[in-house]
Amino acid sequence: MKLHEFQAKGFLREYGIPVPEGRPASTPQEARAIAASIGFPVMVKAQVLVGGRGKAGGVKMAKSADEAEARARDILGMKIKGIEVQRVLMAAAVDIAAEFYVSLAVDRSGKTVQCIASASGGMDIEEIAATQPDRIIRFPLDPENGPVAASHQGKLASAFGRELSDQAWAILQGMYRLFSEKDCSLVEINPCAKTQQGKLIAADAKVIFDDNALFRHPELENLRSPEEYGADEMDARSNGLSYVGLDGTIGCIVNGAGLSMATMDLIKYFGGSPANFLDVGGSSNPEKVLNALRIILKHRGLTAILINIFGGITRCDDIARGIVMARERLSIPVPLVIRLIGTNEAEGRAILKGAGIDAYEDLTEAVQGVVARARSTDGKGTA
Amino acid sequence: MSILLNAETQVIVQGITGRDGSFHARSMRDYGTKVVGGVTPGKGGENVDGIPVFNTVAEAVQRTGADCTVIFVPARFAGAALREAADARIPLIVCITEGIPVLDMIRDTHYLSERGCRLIGPNCPGLVSPGAAKVGIMPGRIHTPGGIGVISRSGTLTYEVVWALTRAGIGQSTCIGVGGDPVIGTSFVELLALFEADPNTTGVALIGEIGGDDEERAAEYISKSMKKPVVSFISGRTAPPEKRMGHAGAIISGGKGTAEAKVAALRQAGVPVADRPDEVPGLLSSRLAAQAPGSRKGG
Repeated sequence: MKLHEFQAKGFLREYGIPVPEGRPASTPQEARAIAASIGFPVMVKAQVLVGGRGKAGGVKMAKSADEAEARARDILGMKIKGIEVQRVLMAAAVDIAAEFYVSLAVDRSGKTVQCIASASGGMDIEEIAATQPDRIIRFPLDPENGPVAASHQGKLASAFGRELSDQAWAILQGMYRLFSEKDCSLVEINPCAKTQQGKLIAADAKVIFDDNALFRHPELENLRSPEEYGADEMDARSNGLSYVGLDGTIGCIVNGAGLSMATMDLIKYFGGSPANFLDVGGSSNPEKVLNALRIILKHRGLTAILINIFGGITRCDDIARGIVMARERLSIPVPLVIRLIGTNEAEGRAILKGAGIDAYEDLTEAVQGVVARARSTDGKGTA
Repeated sequence: MSILLNAETQVIVQGITGRDGSFHARSMRDYGTKVVGGVTPGKGGENVDGIPVFNTVAEAVQRTGADCTVIFVPARFAGAALREAADARIPLIVCITEGIPVLDMIRDTHYLSERGCRLIGPNCPGLVSPGAAKVGIMPGRIHTPGGIGVISRSGTLTYEVVWALTRAGIGQSTCIGVGGDPVIGTSFVELLALFEADPNTTGVALIGEIGGDDEERAAEYISKSMKKPVVSFISGRTAPPEKRMGHAGAIISGGKGTAEAKVAALRQAGVPVADRPDEVPGLLSSRLAAQAPGSRKGG
């Protein structure tokens, strides 16, 4: 779960990391009032979850209340990568002497939380990592204890320099406490600015929470932005499904992420185009199939649907019951092609047969079948 | 023959009284696996179709001599279940559970390896040595005994490839789903080494997908250290790019992780990459035939 900058900075502040004074505003008038209370110059920063907002004109400086209101009016309602800006963060401008980078993220292959730090912070950090890797410091934290002064403080200082070492170390400790107490998958400060007075301050920040750990922090769910997932994705999530809408025409319902992607690849291979990714997950119950079909049928220009189930923990009879139930309750105006194999396959096929529904056993044949059926309905699909 | 799991392996099921645990305990036993017990706290003394249930893993191990456990408990209790299995020094721990917080896995994988335990998973289908035993949730009937090792990050896509192999008359030595989570117990490289050393494995099918760099690491290992032929399939070529994780994700992965990067790395290592799952058997057959004459005598 991704946080907006103003939310991320709220957590940094809570964990003792210096951040510029600031608050979010959703109207130009509100922006003006906040700016006046902070003082000038002030930054007006679009709050969207996509990157590249600076280059899109979503970050401006204002030197007076009138200017703050005008810049907020420009930015609110602006579209950045298709996302409408609904809030701006009004934040005290930082008098920057140098920009550093510091982050904590999960390193998959090292099975650790990795710290990345650099004296070359700012917008071009990825390019620097690719072209001048020696300007990036990385080290794994201790799996049980996080940052340990004896092993890690010196490494961090090699990015921040001796003069800023104590401040940087305090920031890293705060970042790790946030990371571990709130179950984050990313805490990133970029730039971590050094002011003209020699103080480190988090000028911008990203925080992502691990969705798998939200059961430990139910209160954080309220912070979720509707921007992170579309309405259909949220609908799918709340029904235990994993869904991503795409712009093709063949709806897909598959069990397992790997097989879902392979099914999409195969549809493309045979000349069709997938309308979505949808993983019904393991331990299926019949309701999941019903919900999956309901969500997919909202897709415009749908020409056919493929249900591809290779039962393991998912049982074919559960899926078959769901398909029969969906056919009774939903109007399905496009061809439905089913491939069913694996755990409890015989029971599943018997249920389908009882309802007069055929199912393929072979995936390639099923995909060729659905692509052919999609062609014959092309232009007559869902509106 | 096989790696990690054979007909003598004694298996307990943690979470045996749940819906999935009880179903798959029976299914594993029906396949021929020695399922010697189960664990559900508070239900010690009961049984599931004659399989005795114990309150703790320690007790189950003491009474049954189990050397493998398979975990079906819900995500919020999985960390405790993993540590309990490690404290009982079970050498092979298979975790089916999906949705475990990543920080738990960082702490738990280190806890397990410090105690000498090998973890397969989490969020995985388990493993099967066809004709001998299966530990996990895969449908037994799709497998047939033979010489091909199968390793995969996906569950159901593994079944797809295994089924294609079986229909083509190509049997498997051991099939392993390593799990789909960011942090897992056992990686492709470790399993490739075991297959390379196993006298009864003649070749390997490696099933990868977008994200992470396990496939790229496998490609490097194959080109440096493997003599047996490896064939691959990578899913996710048409998937939208992974949602970005700040700059840190890009810095850590360093441009790896896309389907194109994985296919290119594998091909550069001399590994043929199938365009479709059902092309894997044909590619394997031709690689095995090319290796067969003269040079290799029984591996």
